Amino acid sequence: MSTPLAADARLARFAVSRSRRRRDAIARASILAGTVIALIPLVLIVYYLLRKGLGAWSVNFFTTDPTGNTFFGSSGIGGIKSAILGTIEIVALASAIAVPVGVGVAVWLVEYGRASWFAHTVRFFVDVLTGVPSIVFGLFIYIVLIVGTGSTYAGYKGSVALSLLMLPIVIRSAEVVLLLVPASLRESALALGAPRWRVIFNIVLPTALPGMLTGVLLAIARAAGETAPLLFTAAFTQNTNFNLGGFMNSLPVQIYKDVTSPTTAVVNRAWGAALTLVVMILLLNLIARLISRRSRLA
Amino acid sequence: MTPIRPTSEVTDVEPDSGLDRQEQRSSDTARDGLTEEPVHERSTRRITGVRTQPAANGAAGIDAKAGVSVKLEQLRAFYGSAEQVKGIDLEFRANEVTAIIGPSGCGKSTMVRCINRMHEEIPGARAEGRVLLEDFDVYDPSVDVVAVRRAVGMVFQKPNPFPTMSIFDNVAAGLRLSSRGRGDLRGKVESALRGAGLWDEVAERLDEPGAGLSGGQQQRLCIARSLAVDPEVILMDEPCSALDPIATLKIEELIDQLKRRVTIVIVTHNMQQAARVADRTAFMLDGRLVEVGPTQEIFTKPGDPRTEDYVTGKFG
Repeated sequence: MSTPLAADARLARFAVSRSRRRRDAIARASILAGTVIALIPLVLIVYYLLRKGLGAWSVNFFTTDPTGNTFFGSSGIGGIKSAILGTIEIVALASAIAVPVGVGVAVWLVEYGRASWFAHTVRFFVDVLTGVPSIVFGLFIYIVLIVGTGSTYAGYKGSVALSLLMLPIVIRSAEVVLLLVPASLRESALALGAPRWRVIFNIVLPTALPGMLTGVLLAIARAAGETAPLLFTAAFTQNTNFNLGGFMNSLPVQIYKDVTSPTTAVVNRAWGAALTLVVMILLLNLIARLISRRSRLA
Repeated sequence: MTPIRPTSEVTDVEPDSGLDRQEQRSSDTARDGLTEEPVHERSTRRITGVRTQPAANGAAGIDAKAGVSVKLEQLRAFYGSAEQVKGIDLEFRANEVTAIIGPSGCGKSTMVRCINRMHEEIPGARAEGRVLLEDFDVYDPSVDVVAVRRAVGMVFQKPNPFPTMSIFDNVAAGLRLSSRGRGDLRGKVESALRGAGLWDEVAERLDEPGAGLSGGQQQRLCIARSLAVDPEVILMDEPCSALDPIATLKIEELIDQLKRRVTIVIVTHNMQQAARVADRTAFMLDGRLVEVGPTQEIFTKPGDPRTEDYVTGKFG
């Protein structure tokens, strides 16, 4: 039989010491503080975007092109229609270039190149490409496609610059996801007598699709927000343009131009455009999530 | 008994060429009705895509069984420079179940993976020697690996249905992936699911994801998947090691039925399982075959003292 005293003594042996309680409290508090500090700018960005951006929004804002006329207050400056459409066109073409090429490179790296020296070289250069500042891509396209050909700015040249920027993001994210596809699936498909290309198209890619979509979206979001590669490739124009061979407006460039304007109404338009850009990317994200959820259930 | 048509089935072309497809389709529809066709109806051996003289296969057609024998001759398998299978001569008889037993790492799985040339899918792995399907060396340079794998199906340790596909699509996958998804696909899928004893459980929900089934059902789905491409040999690499005893029992009953249609090679760690399902048992040790014989004999009066030590639990 244990006396109450013996039970107390046993309890004392297993009790949490005071110094450990204190260290635990300090650690918890500092982690919480870090989280709050990280949240502050995030919340502020959303707050300012909504407060200043929503004020600029109106039906006119989305349905008219910017006029460049800033002398008659907010009524005369026009909206951002050409910038929205320009961004959609430029980024769509950039994705059409970067996504197939990037997924192709990733498939090659995972399914064929594996640990060969060439695959290692490719991975190294992809990593280098990830670290290249975006303005360098713009400069490169400017030298090659504009100075090099003796021609002028065009929307598609902006797309090419953005696709270069997207490529390493698409490759790296797709590679990671493809590596996650269990080897046993490839094996069982091969053991059924499927040729390797069929295994890749019918088993590996569908299994990796939701994950790859996330990577592609990340790349699109990144590209849609870039100003530097577009400044001297797609340039700037006020008019809506459906011809990718001509000058083309885009949201980031419009924001860049507007925010440096001395007219308050024009600066407000920049806020409205910024909010539009964020909402567009958010919508794209939601749509992609819906699609990938549906495809996984099927 | 229908007379065998030895030459009509022999294809002398690439598996994806139009001619072969045509021939394949007609022969498949002839063979695969809704009911399991009688064994003698199945004409022998089309190692599709393999360039052979019709006469060579015609001779093989005489025995008219559904499965074929597999013979290993001085088979050696390597991972890089490490030799895992060190020269094995062994025959798996047609329409029998042969169990491979032996301690972990003795090369059982590696040896089995050489039969359908899956071994070489591992980077740095290679094999030497001959693996004869009937009289046909699957390592012959003219052989199409893809065709070999259609003739020799495989069931893996863990059930691995394709996660993006429904039950139906999983079974149809082998046919579709090898460009044979035409004709009576539904009939073929049903016949494969019946063959794997799964039809009654899934008939009402063929469109549901294959990954939603229980572990034992998933493994039978994988067996149905490999049956659908109409193989002559099925290799099973510890097919029950991830399953509970009841699911294991079902698979074992299934193996007993399947041997009428195919030759079965089963790798197992479970000696009771080998005793229950196998007609013959082979004991391997350190990459070599110690002995092979009727299961009863291997377990009661083995010829080699090492076999006796292993089956009585003295090591391994």
